Amino acid sequence: MTTTSLASLASEPLFGLPLPEIWFGLLFFILAMFLFLDGFDFGAGALFAIRDDEHEREQLLAAVGPFWDGNEVWLVVFGGAMFAAFPAVYAEVFTRYYLLMFAILGALIVRGLAPEMYEQREDERWQRWWGRAFVFGSVVAPFLLGLFVGNWMLGTSSIVTLPGVVVGLVVVALTIVDGVAFVRLKTRGSLRTELRPHGQWAVVAYLALVVITLGYVYAAYPTLREKLLSPLVLGLVVTSVVLGGIYVVATRQDRFYTAFVAGGGLVFALVAVVARLMYPTIEPGTNLTVGDAIVSTLPLNIMTIGTSILLPLIFLYFAVLYSAFSGPIEAGEGY
Amino acid sequence: MLDPVIASRLQFAVTTIVHIIFPVMSMGLAPFLIYFTWKEIRTGKPIYEQLRRFWTRIFAISFVVGTVTGIVLEFEFGTNFGVFSTAAGELFGGPLAFEGMMAFMLEATFLGVFVFGRERVSDALFFVSSVAVGVGTWLSAVWILIANSWMQTPRGYELVTENGDQVVRLVDPMAAYFNPRFFWMYVHMQNSALESVALFMAGVGAYYVFRHHVWGYQVENVGFWETTLKIALVALIITAPLQVIHGDFYARHVFETQPQKFAAMEAVWETESYVPEYIVAFPTSVQDLLDPRAKEIFGIGIPGGASWLASGGDPQATIRGLEEFEGPQPPVAIVFWAFRMMVGLGFWFIVLAFWGGYRWWRGELFQDDLLHKALMASSLLGIVAVHLGWITTEVGRQPWIIQDVMKTSEGVSTGLTGAEATATLVGFVVVYTGLLVLYAYVVVRIIRAGPPAGSDLAVIDGEQPQAPPAEVSVDDDD
Ligand code: HDD
Ligand code: HEM
Ligand code: HEM
Repeated sequence: MTTTSLASLASEPLFGLPLPEIWFGLLFFILAMFLFLDGFDFGAGALFAIRDDEHEREQLLAAVGPFWDGNEVWLVVFGGAMFAAFPAVYAEVFTRYYLLMFAILGALIVRGLAPEMYEQREDERWQRWWGRAFVFGSVVAPFLLGLFVGNWMLGTSSIVTLPGVVVGLVVVALTIVDGVAFVRLKTRGSLRTELRPHGQWAVVAYLALVVITLGYVYAAYPTLREKLLSPLVLGLVVTSVVLGGIYVVATRQDRFYTAFVAGGGLVFALVAVVARLMYPTIEPGTNLTVGDAIVSTLPLNIMTIGTSILLPLIFLYFAVLYSAFSGPIEAGEGY
Repeated sequence: MLDPVIASRLQFAVTTIVHIIFPVMSMGLAPFLIYFTWKEIRTGKPIYEQLRRFWTRIFAISFVVGTVTGIVLEFEFGTNFGVFSTAAGELFGGPLAFEGMMAFMLEATFLGVFVFGRERVSDALFFVSSVAVGVGTWLSAVWILIANSWMQTPRGYELVTENGDQVVRLVDPMAAYFNPRFFWMYVHMQNSALESVALFMAGVGAYYVFRHHVWGYQVENVGFWETTLKIALVALIITAPLQVIHGDFYARHVFETQPQKFAAMEAVWETESYVPEYIVAFPTSVQDLLDPRAKEIFGIGIPGGASWLASGGDPQATIRGLEEFEGPQPPVAIVFWAFRMMVGLGFWFIVLAFWGGYRWWRGELFQDDLLHKALMASSLLGIVAVHLGWITTEVGRQPWIIQDVMKTSEGVSTGLTGAEATATLVGFVVVYTGLLVLYAYVVVRIIRAGPPAGSDLAVIDGEQPQAPPAEVSVDDDD
């Protein structure tokens, strides 16, 4: 790199782009990718609780098997991107919700380990306990993540807060919506037919919880009222309701892809609402704005160049992975 | 209640020491898996499919545990070392983000294909995924070691004050990322991963070879274990001498860039020349164990050895003693003994490599029970050496979290209470003990079960084998 180009990288944002805003958006995009992809994993795990049949359980595990790891990396990248672009926020929020962060990690550890362990042995006691661990991790991890996002968004000073808990439930409901759509897409037979009603009630519960949350925020946080009533947020809420309707219809008519895509759309709409309610602050707890918290120009430019090369590659990897395992899994698949 | 600084440091130590086991396994196994996959596709010989499938199972479980323990570490920078993260985010966050996007994404997606996809994708794509997984694991080490080496030899930055806080500002990314330490650290780390896995494979192979040839049990697939042992020995013969050779250069580099750490590694308190290097050191009293001073240690030393190591060949060279450095010292005992044990193990592995090579050359590899026992006993020592090396590196850097820029005690999150930090520390000790037990249990089960039997090959797991397992014929061409 020549000195002149390095000097300009250090002094002005790449192509004069509004990089702080772009990184704010990117951060939430990564969060949404994580909630969408790992969300259907979590949902599949939650469904484990209500399926006792050995064959069905094997199918549930086989359906998520090849994807789990790739999906979880989006959380790692979320942490990395926040650390790299907004280090002060990373430090502040993670320290403030210290015990919550470790509870999330604990749930993720259980969640990650359980399917591996479940497959290790055939005997019933072993599988019963690891099955429970799998369900536990799959429900508790998204709940705590929702709690975290809710707290962060509202800048709460304690860990267990009413709005945080409701957002946690919102996220759990959403993972079940996505999980049902995913499992129905990936399996045949009894799972496909019998999970249909679960998807329908989950999406209704989800929408109801979203409305409750927003209503609560409206009542309890007067400063956010204006943003809540902004056309963007209202539009996103309406979009969610429409997507919920599409989901229900598609689920009824066994249009698996449509239901899956509608479920994914719900995740992006939800995360967009969260981002909108936060912006222009990124750390409402200390009123830190995006502009205050962003790192300096040189690292930001480097990150931007790197990310614009890597993100398309990442989509390519996911395309390879998902196309290698497209369609319903066959009996006996596994490694 | 522990002090939050102490508890955070202990917690970071516990969680990284557990984490590093799994990357070592996966970084070390990756090249072997690429080789097995290549040979399987090119030759179609069942032994390579067996090798690939057997070691993939160990890789997969290591990877899962590596993932869950790795996320913990990433979070800990924010939760426990908040001041450090805020101050050094520009230099430190970037590499971690790149690690995620460049390395983990590649590794984790293609691992799905590699572990589950043999029947679903073409040979070519299958081979590509084995390479992608390997490249991913090795790239993740690039970025994490960039981050760590920068803490040892920080370059390419300037200190500025922002809102009253000292912040490290990136000014020269090339100088910062490719700081002087990075190259040595990367070479030494990756070779140690290969060496550790070679030792592990050799130990497992030796176990079955020993049972079969020495104890006379009928071992199924004995050819598989014989081949495993031979492949492992080849890898050990290559990596063991290399580790010691670049370890030597590395030590000189540490002397030049972190003289205080080097003095602690050698327990040199007073500045001196012609300092001996104790290969075998005995404390003359408990006091010396806890507070070693090179002059008072009894041992077999190479006269002028430490000076020689520091200067690259001059036994008369002067080493600055710890007393010359102001402020707190690193805990000398830990650094001194950890370094000694790593070096000792390094030489022991060379002995093993040549002993095994010699027996093989004589055609007695499968008969030497003492060798088998030594290999079995050493199968985990590579990982132990890695731990010792990292302890030397990290404890030796104290009191600095960023050498000469920020003290560890200043880097800990300000809002953190002793109660919180202690609670999570205790939680980790409990959870990680369980994690290690489970991991060991699973790995032992995989080893017990052995490779898929010959008649099982190329059919999907879970289906009934058509015939009782047949003895697999193996050629000895390696
Ligand atoms: C199989 C493992 C293994 C073996 C046999 C050795 N090492 Fe090592 N060593 C490591 C594994 C390791 C490591 C765990 O990978 C470290 C920690 C950080 C790093 O880059 O490598 C390390 C660090 C490390 C350091 C500290 C660098 C620092 O403070 O940043 C030095 C000076 C050496 N080594 C030198 C040696 C010498 C002279 C050896 C043999 C004679 C040797 N190592 C054998
Ligand atoms: C995986 C191999 C590693 C091991 C076994 C290891 C071990 C340790 C140990 C024992 C400590 C405690 C030192 C003390 O407080 O006395 C420590 C501290 C620390 N290490 Fe490492 N480390 C490893 C890799 C890394 C890497 C790659 C990074 C950075 C990217 C890192 C960053 C830190 C930080 C920030 C601390 C806390 C501050 C400090 O005590 O200096 N470590 N590590
Ligand atoms: C102390 C600082 C460290 C941090 C913050 C850290 C972070 C992480 C994270 C977040 C993951 C999970 C990635 C995934 O989801 O796939 C991971 C896994 C991994 N880490 Fe670390 N890590 C550290 C130390 C190290 C060191 C020292 C190495 C090796 C040189 C290393 C190599 C790997 C590898 C190869 C993986 C892939 C998983 C596996 O193979 O087990 N890490 N690490």
